[in-house]
Amino acid sequence: MYVVELNDLQGLFTALSQQGYTIIGPQVRNGALTFDRMTSVDELPRGWTDHQDGGMYSIARSGDDALFSYTVGPHSWKRFLFPARLRLFAARREGKGFAVDPPAATPAPPYAFIGVRACELAALDLQDRIFMSGQYADAHYTAIRSSAFIVAVNCGRGGGTCFCSSMGTGPKARDGFDLALTEIMDGERHAFLIETGSSRGKDARAAMQAREADPSEIARAAAVSRAAESTMGRALDTSGLAGILAENFEHQRWDDIAKRCLACANCTMVCPTCFCSTVEDVTDLTGDHAERWRRWDSCFTSDFTRVAGGNIRMSTRTRYRQWMMHKLSHWVEQFGSTGCVGCGRCITWCPVGIDITAEAAAIRGANVATTNG
Amino acid sequence: MPAKRPKVAVFKFASCDGCQLSLLDAEDQLLAVAGAVEIANFPEASRRIVKGPYDIGLVEGSITTPHDVERIREIRKECRFLLTIGACATAGGIQALRNWKDVKEYTRLVYASPEYISTLDRSMPVGSYVHVDFELRGCPINKAQLLEVVNAALNKRKPTIPTHSVCMECKLRGTVCVLVAKQIPCLGPVTQAGCGALCPSYDRGCYGCFGPMENPNPPALSKRLVALGCDRRDVVLMYRGFNAYAEAFRKESDAHEK
Repeated sequence: MYVVELNDLQGLFTALSQQGYTIIGPQVRNGALTFDRMTSVDELPRGWTDHQDGGMYSIARSGDDALFSYTVGPHSWKRFLFPARLRLFAARREGKGFAVDPPAATPAPPYAFIGVRACELAALDLQDRIFMSGQYADAHYTAIRSSAFIVAVNCGRGGGTCFCSSMGTGPKARDGFDLALTEIMDGERHAFLIETGSSRGKDARAAMQAREADPSEIARAAAVSRAAESTMGRALDTSGLAGILAENFEHQRWDDIAKRCLACANCTMVCPTCFCSTVEDVTDLTGDHAERWRRWDSCFTSDFTRVAGGNIRMSTRTRYRQWMMHKLSHWVEQFGSTGCVGCGRCITWCPVGIDITAEAAAIRGANVATTNG
Repeated sequence: MPAKRPKVAVFKFASCDGCQLSLLDAEDQLLAVAGAVEIANFPEASRRIVKGPYDIGLVEGSITTPHDVERIREIRKECRFLLTIGACATAGGIQALRNWKDVKEYTRLVYASPEYISTLDRSMPVGSYVHVDFELRGCPINKAQLLEVVNAALNKRKPTIPTHSVCMECKLRGTVCVLVAKQIPCLGPVTQAGCGALCPSYDRGCYGCFGPMENPNPPALSKRLVALGCDRRDVVLMYRGFNAYAEAFRKESDAHEK
C-alpha cells in the first residue's frame, strides 16, 4: 500500500487527463453532491458533508478540509453507463420496406470515475451481470464500462440512510476498482492511503508522488473504515429474508405501504442497480424517418406492466411489492444475490421517506416503528 | 406523404388561446406540419375556413355555457379524431375555480346587466359532454407533445405521451429533488409528466400544470407537505390551480377545506 499527500493528489487527475480520460466526480451543485465533469482536485467538495434521513437530504459544512466526507448523493454512476436516454438506431423508408442506419460507433469517452463508494462498486458489479453477460449483452454499456477507470474512495462515516454493512457491500472497498483511496486526516496531516486493484491502477499510482505506507498509516486507514461502519444510520436483517418475503406475499403491510407510497418512481430512478428501460419510437411527420430510443422506466408506472389484454399490476400495492420483492427476494433466485447494495438512496429520495429496511423488518415481524409518511 | 392531406380544424372554447398558439409556435416544424396537413379551420392562423367534416379536430377551452354544449356536440359530429388540448379542455381550467362558488353571484357583481349572461353552473372539461379520442394535458400544452400526437395520428401509431409522474422527468434530466433537498412544496409526485420538469429545474416546486398522474396518491403527499410546514389553506391552494377540478386534485383540496 502507498500513501500520497493531498498536495500531490492532483498528479492523479493530470495523469488521467493526459491518458484521455473524461474525469467525473462529486461536486456541489444545487444543494447536493452530484456527479459532473472535472479536471482538478480543487473542484472536489472540500469541507462539505451531507445529512440524510427518510425523505430528507441536505449538505452542510463539515468543519474540516476533507474532500470526501459526504456519503452518496442523488446521482449514481449508472447515469453514465446506462444513460437515461439513448438512441438505439434510426431507420429510413425505402420502397415498401425500410433500411436501418447502422448505429454510430459509440465514441465511448473513456471515463474516470472519482469517489466511487464500496456500495457503488457492488452496484456496478450487479449491473455488469445484467448488461454484460449472456446472449443479450448491451454493447453500449459494455463499451463504456470496459474502458472506465475506477477510483474508489472508502467512506469515513456512515450516512443516515446507509446500510451497506448489512448487505456485505461496504463500507470498505474490496475489489472492482483500479485505485482505492482512504482519506487520512491527522492534525495538520492530510493524505490518502492508496490501494491498487489493476495494472492500470498501478500505472496511475506511479504517476503520483506516492511512497510506501508505513504501518501507522495503514492502521489509521483501517480506523476510517471502522468509523464508517459504526456510524451507519440503518440496518437490514437479511437472514432468510428472501424466503420470508416470498411467504408473505399477501401480508397486510403491503396495504399499509400502498397508503403511503406515491408511486412516483423516485426509488427506482435513484437506485444504482435498477436497470429497467422502455423503448419509444419516434417518426418525423412524413413517416420516412424513424428512430428508436431507450429510456429509463420503472416498475411503478402503468405502461411498464401493460400487456396484450390488460395490465398485470394495477395497484400501487402490487407495484411496490414487486419492486421490493425483486430487490430482496426474486433477485436471489435470478442472480444469486440480492439486488440491494445498501446505499440508502431509495430511503433518502423517497418524498415521503418510505424505508425499505423498516418495511422488510415489519414483514419479518420485528418490532419497528413506522418512520415517516 | 399521403396524396390527400388530412383536414385539421382548431376550435376554441373558454380559454386563453395559449394552447392553440403552441401550434403556431412550432417554429422549425411549422412548415412541415402545414405541408403534412391541410389547415382547414384555424381562425387564429388563417381567414380561409374550409367546411367540415375534418379528419382531426383540436379543441381548446372548457365548456361553460349552454351554447358551448351545443357547439361541442356539433364539432364532435364533424371530427373523425377529436383531440382536446390543455388544462381547460381536459380539466375545466383555472376558471373551474368558480365551480366552488355561486356563479350567479359573480355575474351580478361583474356585469351591469347580468340577465344577458347565459352560463352554466360549472366550467367542465370537453370530455364531460362528448367522447374525446385523446386528451393532451398541460397549462399550456407542450408543443413537442402536440406535434407528437399529430405525428402519431398521421403515421397511424400510438402517441408516446407518458402518464407517469413529473418526478421521473426530474430524475431523467438529473435535477436534484427540490422537495427532498430543499423542502420546497412540490406537486411533482402526483402530477403527470409532459413539461420536462421545468419548474424544479429552476428551484421551484411543481404547480401541477399537467394534472394528476396515472396513479396519484395526493393524501400521502399532502401529509408530507403539512409536515414541511404547509397549513390547510396552503394545501388547498396548491391543488386549486389550473387543474383544480381534475378529480384527484379536487378531492384532495376538498378534504383539506372541511
